[in-house]
Amino acid sequence: MAKVPLDHATVDACRAAAAAIADDVQRFIDRHTTVGIERTVARAYGVTGADPEGTPLANALVDRIHKAGHTGRGVAYFLGRALLEGASSAQEAAEQIAYGGATLDVEGGPTTNECRGALELETQRAIARIDEARRARERFKSRFPEPELPLKYVIVATGNIYDDAVQAKAARFAGADIVAVIRATAQSLLDYVPEGPTTEGYGGTYATQENFRIIRKAADEASEETGKYLAQTNYSSGLCMSEIAWMAAVERLDMLLNDAMYGILFRDINMERTFVDQYFSRRIVARSGIVINTGEDNYLTTADAVEKAHTVLASQFINEAFARRAGLSDDQMGLGHAFEIDPWLEDSFLFEVAQAQLIRQIFDKHPIKWMPPTKFKTGDVFHSHVHDAMFNLAGIMTHQSIELLGMFSEAIHTPLLMDRFLALKSAKYIFGTARHLGDEIQWKPGGIVERRAKEVLHKAHELLDQVKGDGIWDAIGGGAFGDVKRKRTGGKGHAGVAARDPEYLNPILDELEGGR
Amino acid sequence: MAKWLRAYGDREGDGMVQMTFTLAILPGDRAREAAKRFAEAHGLKDPLVTTMEQCSQQHTYFVAYGHSAHQVDIDDIDVAELAAKPLSREQIEAMGKELGRKIVVVGACTGSDAHTVGIDAILNYKGFAGEKGLESYKCFDAHNLGAQVENVELAERAKALGADAILVSQVITQRNCHKENAAALIDLLKKQGVRDKFLLLLGGPRIDNKLALELGYEGGFGPGTKPSTVAAFVAEEILRRARGKQVDPRR
Repeated sequence: MAKVPLDHATVDACRAAAAAIADDVQRFIDRHTTVGIERTVARAYGVTGADPEGTPLANALVDRIHKAGHTGRGVAYFLGRALLEGASSAQEAAEQIAYGGATLDVEGGPTTNECRGALELETQRAIARIDEARRARERFKSRFPEPELPLKYVIVATGNIYDDAVQAKAARFAGADIVAVIRATAQSLLDYVPEGPTTEGYGGTYATQENFRIIRKAADEASEETGKYLAQTNYSSGLCMSEIAWMAAVERLDMLLNDAMYGILFRDINMERTFVDQYFSRRIVARSGIVINTGEDNYLTTADAVEKAHTVLASQFINEAFARRAGLSDDQMGLGHAFEIDPWLEDSFLFEVAQAQLIRQIFDKHPIKWMPPTKFKTGDVFHSHVHDAMFNLAGIMTHQSIELLGMFSEAIHTPLLMDRFLALKSAKYIFGTARHLGDEIQWKPGGIVERRAKEVLHKAHELLDQVKGDGIWDAIGGGAFGDVKRKRTGGKGHAGVAARDPEYLNPILDELEGGR
Repeated sequence: MAKWLRAYGDREGDGMVQMTFTLAILPGDRAREAAKRFAEAHGLKDPLVTTMEQCSQQHTYFVAYGHSAHQVDIDDIDVAELAAKPLSREQIEAMGKELGRKIVVVGACTGSDAHTVGIDAILNYKGFAGEKGLESYKCFDAHNLGAQVENVELAERAKALGADAILVSQVITQRNCHKENAAALIDLLKKQGVRDKFLLLLGGPRIDNKLALELGYEGGFGPGTKPSTVAAFVAEEILRRARGKQVDPRR
């Protein structure tokens, strides 16, 4: 078996450093909430709909509380109080607070515990809703055979959800195991989730609860038609990370792109906001049995993939540490990495294989997410197809778990029907023809692959120790990941972070944390 | 004197090209004939359908080869080469070095426009189509003010930051509001007497260089523009101005 030698002491030291890094941030997380989290709580209690201008009720509700400076009490406090005062449902309570001018005076009135009590039934109902969705998914999925790894993951991005549904079914027909509907560009920067089905989007289709439902239905139909399960994924990232997680949990999505640091680095979303949001989103994900895909692949699009390969590994340890603190099990952590080394560099394939194999061995129970080349893709579709073939070969050799298939039209347009068909055909061929290649060969002791794997692990350890010393806040400020520098209080969405009041109420989170 | 170009495959004048496409029909003899006629309709003589494979529940994927009957006269082509020729990152950084300071760029989607996709693609680190934005260059100090920025605010920020260049993105095109809004910024800057302090560029899916010049900008960038194209344009122009050539000959 083509394994690389692994220094377990170094791996343990990396995990210990990542744990210290995450603990430091977790202390901050546990003392804060955000407008995004509170909107999620409102949605969990059934708050739904939007005004004629498209502003969701969850936003109108939380915005009013936030403007009054009471986000730190938790939206649950206000909903519970309105119920005690006679509102017939959380929805009615939300409408009263958002539009009816109900008082937001927090002096006097019912106690936090009384409000919690008023929400008791609603809380159980909310959790039961995602638990039932999880069971429904598992029941349905169990009717189909286990797919072979790597799972073949493709994207659709027409901008029109109804076209996406057609394309998703076509993808399953052509052999896809997972379909992702790419979000409209810059949705991550919207501080609300649009309502209803959408038929216009640039670079992708808006993530909305209704759109999730439409694709789920198409994916289920495609599963039935082909006798093989089609998994659905979307993006729990950006300013509405946890709201999307909730919607995905309700609508039985299988996977979510969800990263502890992606938004900070690549969308310039505030650091504090992202760390607090990722925790709540992952609590929901953990309960729902959803598999996350982390975004370390992106580092290699902004930083050099040879020099900065260790930052990917270091970040995977950090993402793992954060995910563990949110209750995710190893088999829910699709840690990400990518095949992004300059293809014209001599022996670049060996470097790619070394890293892929190293990550496979370190995170042996994790459904590793392997991303295709993008950075060096040009409009030469024929060469691009060859480049993707090498990526597929590395993927099957090193037993990656989830492989987002490269498209030969990368860097030209969002994939056409035939682009996906050809990508799936190529993957099918290479995964078959080289199925046991990795089991049959051994790397030359002391050779290029071994040396590279060793070097990457060593440098990841050094970086983690340094980040541990600096604290992640300053480390990101110094450009430790993806060569991108962000300030702790900079970026979008910082105004939406609030310190938790000693009387903070969030029964949904309490329940997700194990009813503490 | 006309100079004709035909596609070159294996011999001069053979016009050989390949096409790939999908049609909403299942494979079969009729489908093959449909693909052949489709290729012929595109001017391919004696097309050979070399692949016919079902690629979805209702579509078939085809590859066809044929002799293209078409030719183009290159002497008849009148296209101005872009002022900013494709430059490498290194070349752009070298211009920044020569300038000896960072080039301050301020960008925004102005008016009611909430579509930051264009300005983000050009300015943000993440960039577009595998190319990083101006934020990723050492020679630029890029400020993305985001969406729904009023002209007055953009002008104030540009002055406060000492901007060299202002990038305006206009995506929404209802009732020509993109043109009016873009022109209003120029008027505002003129009124404030600061128009010539800035290099003004306009971008968006309905924008081209000609329109931008008409509206009073120094350049316009349409869909698919890469960050490096804008970076090169800005760096060249700012460097040119720094060398004492004040008036842009293109204006």
